[in-house]
Amino acid sequence: MSTTDTFLNEHENKHLLRFITCGSVDDGKSTLIGRLLYDSKLIYEDQLSSLQDASEKNGTTGVGEIDYALLLDGLKAEREQGITIDVAYRYFSTPQRKFIIADTPGHEQYTRNMATGASTANLAVILIDARYGVVTQTRRHAFIASLLGIKHLLVAVNKMDIGGYNEETYLTIRQAFSDFAETLDIPDVRFVPISALKGTNVVSRSPDLTPWYTGPALLELLETVDVSQDINTRDFRFPVQVVIRPHLNFRGFAGTVVSGKIKPGERIRVLPSNTTSVVKRIVTADGDLAEAAAPQAVALELADEVDISSGDMIVHDNNLPRVKDRFEAVVIWMSETPLRAGAQYVLRHAGRFVKARVEALLYAIDVNSMQQSAASELSLNNIGRVVVETTQPLFFDPYSENHATGSVVFVDPISNVTAGAAMVTDNVFVDAGAPRVVGDADTLLRDHVERREFHWETGWVSAKDRLVRNRHVGKTVIVTGTSAQAVQTFGKELEQRLFKLNLNSYYLGFSSLSRGLASDVQDNRSERDAQIQRLGELARILTDAGLIFITALPAADAYTIERLRGLNQPNELLVVALGESTKHVVPDAVTIDETLAVERRVDSVLGVLADQRVIPDYCI
Amino acid sequence: MNTLSQLKQLEAESIHIFRDAVSQAQNPILLYSIGKDSSVLVRLAQKAFYPGRLPFKLLHIDSTWKFREMIAFRDRFCTEQGLDLIVHSNEQGRADGVNPFDYGSRKYTDLMKTQALLQALKAGKYDLAFGGARRDEEKSRAKERVFSFRDKHQQWDPKSQRPELWNIYNARVNPEESVRVFPLSNWTETDIWQYIRIERIPIVPLYFAAPRPVVERDGQWIMVDDDRMRLHPGEHPVEKVVRFRTLGCYPLTGAVESTATTIEEIVAETLQVRVSERSTRVIDHDGDSSMEQKKREGYF
Repeated sequence: MSTTDTFLNEHENKHLLRFITCGSVDDGKSTLIGRLLYDSKLIYEDQLSSLQDASEKNGTTGVGEIDYALLLDGLKAEREQGITIDVAYRYFSTPQRKFIIADTPGHEQYTRNMATGASTANLAVILIDARYGVVTQTRRHAFIASLLGIKHLLVAVNKMDIGGYNEETYLTIRQAFSDFAETLDIPDVRFVPISALKGTNVVSRSPDLTPWYTGPALLELLETVDVSQDINTRDFRFPVQVVIRPHLNFRGFAGTVVSGKIKPGERIRVLPSNTTSVVKRIVTADGDLAEAAAPQAVALELADEVDISSGDMIVHDNNLPRVKDRFEAVVIWMSETPLRAGAQYVLRHAGRFVKARVEALLYAIDVNSMQQSAASELSLNNIGRVVVETTQPLFFDPYSENHATGSVVFVDPISNVTAGAAMVTDNVFVDAGAPRVVGDADTLLRDHVERREFHWETGWVSAKDRLVRNRHVGKTVIVTGTSAQAVQTFGKELEQRLFKLNLNSYYLGFSSLSRGLASDVQDNRSERDAQIQRLGELARILTDAGLIFITALPAADAYTIERLRGLNQPNELLVVALGESTKHVVPDAVTIDETLAVERRVDSVLGVLADQRVIPDYCI
Repeated sequence: MNTLSQLKQLEAESIHIFRDAVSQAQNPILLYSIGKDSSVLVRLAQKAFYPGRLPFKLLHIDSTWKFREMIAFRDRFCTEQGLDLIVHSNEQGRADGVNPFDYGSRKYTDLMKTQALLQALKAGKYDLAFGGARRDEEKSRAKERVFSFRDKHQQWDPKSQRPELWNIYNARVNPEESVRVFPLSNWTETDIWQYIRIERIPIVPLYFAAPRPVVERDGQWIMVDDDRMRLHPGEHPVEKVVRFRTLGCYPLTGAVESTATTIEEIVAETLQVRVSERSTRVIDHDGDSSMEQKKREGYF
């Protein structure tokens, strides 16, 4: 075999290490990456010549020296600003390994980018400027790395040349970082003293400059760190991406084994249908496999005819993920529009989209101090812990056990932008039947209605279909006033007039409610609230059913009307007040002159209903 | 256990991307450029949907100035592989006789490549288009997403790109917006050559050295592929043994002198010469940041 044959075959069979580099501004991160690329002989000559031109224009190094950092900054705007503002991916290889570097900026406002780079990384290189030691940004970078579940940290103490390669400096920094790192969940932390600019301990050891350092050079560490244990090999999870049906006799469920492994003959279960079957074949274009393990992309053929579609998950029958429509997660917010409790999103999880709602924002986490504090919202680059509720159950494992099934992306349902990234947590506050965050009555009602609307399940007949057939839309009309008899009579009159116009109307007397739907309410103190709640729920349903629903509530107070208004959301109430005396109670009620004849009073309400486009104009 | 070789990992990742994109898209298309990366892209797509057929068509933007061997290869390849191919050219540009000589490379590229592509994407109402771009090709591509968002004018804005975490991709778009998907994002030049070699993927013969008629222009060897080539005073075609590192429109694509007739020889040469592959593309030298500018305008 020629040397090129050998080179190519070795290249093919190398193992891959993905790592992220993080550092503060000016701590030499770009210089380090530039040096790794340069020294691994992958900087091509023409890139070098254009680099020499650019160094003269924008470079910050001395005359005649190459500014390695300029190799990396891809986009024009940031080249002019002199800072990197996004995640860039670089590739290099050595005879031992192939590397993918996620190069992320150190700037304060770019937590988002670091989290992005860290999400696919096996290892994080954290640069510390030897002159300044462990600074706020160092702690932030290490914290984000641990949050994203990175198991290997390589702390490079850079610019050792400036202080004359002082061992004391290195040891002090090493101790300071080790003390801090004990609070983080990172099992493997290593240190190396370097000078990226001079190449000290970067590619190979520099015993003449740092005789006191006996460990490996930075690149040697990158080449040898063992990441084979990082992936979950225990729990077989297979989100089905596509169903392949070339002909009637074959149905393949195509996807990636995101964790664990599978063999033909093994018993599986399909979620959410809960049906079981046995794997018949593991199909690939290169022939059937005797076993598939993460991260292989394959197609499974099953022994039975099972109805499976894209977004379903295949797992081992005896090893199931959690199946829940309510969970807790740590979220990193990435959108200009803040996250708030009650807001709705679309989640992308394990290959499907699911509608979701943030039930509660438990607390925010300060990325610099790791302190928790109460928060009403999370803005761009904020981190917090949330309770999330979904319309369909998710099939997940905690992120700490399985990155593939414990990671979730929040998508804004209107703009479709990726708004946040979340890691499902392990200890589940929501499992313990934890107390909801207690608020005032208004907040509780709003929370109740939001949740009800979130879960509101509609049939196939739309509001528009009903309008076309009924010629009117649904509406709830509350009649109030000082005289009980007058409001009841008026309500029945309105019902009858609408009915005679061929419109669907229904009058409900309050006693029908209190002796029926609300008859179970025992507690006197909350009796009225409970009755109102039932009336409001009924109004919501009947309005949705397309009915003009009328009820009489003599002497209703502003509190009652407000609650009904809230419960009837997303539809608006029409409140009719008989007589001026009621007007101050409900300011925006339609006031009807009591002295008018009954027929004229009803006419004026019909006029309002026509103006509001509830009923057609020609009815009156 | 993470024991897959890096090339197998890249292959699995690309297949995952193809399937994920198809599961999210209403009307996907694959942008086929005839080059070696496109050949690899097609092979990975075939593997992703094996034993089924590709659930999308191929779209080739014919600038009308491609090498003749490229067009012959395209038609043969698509027939042999059973691929549905759509070919689109800017017909107005063709009628106006737009060519790289009178219009200059920048304007010509805009009209016959960028505009032609935008026309075809608009006409097909595609909400997702696969492309063969790699991040290691050029500096501005290092930050390109795997799923790259385009607004309703098909424009790329570095500020509006969506964060990409883990292997979770978001292809949701509003009407008229679209997403370009790059399954080869993490492949390097060497990965591509080795994959072509072990998978025996057919590529255009222009990649291999052969005697070809060329003229020297601005430090590049330009092939005289047909009689439309306009020769400057004093230019005389000479026969040289050359090959092409990338393929595009023949008047804008420089050849390199080479005797490499096998992939092994090409890779051996690449390792020694170390001139990055896009340097033979004339359009990349239109000015600093020129590729970034073209991307903003919609060029692939």
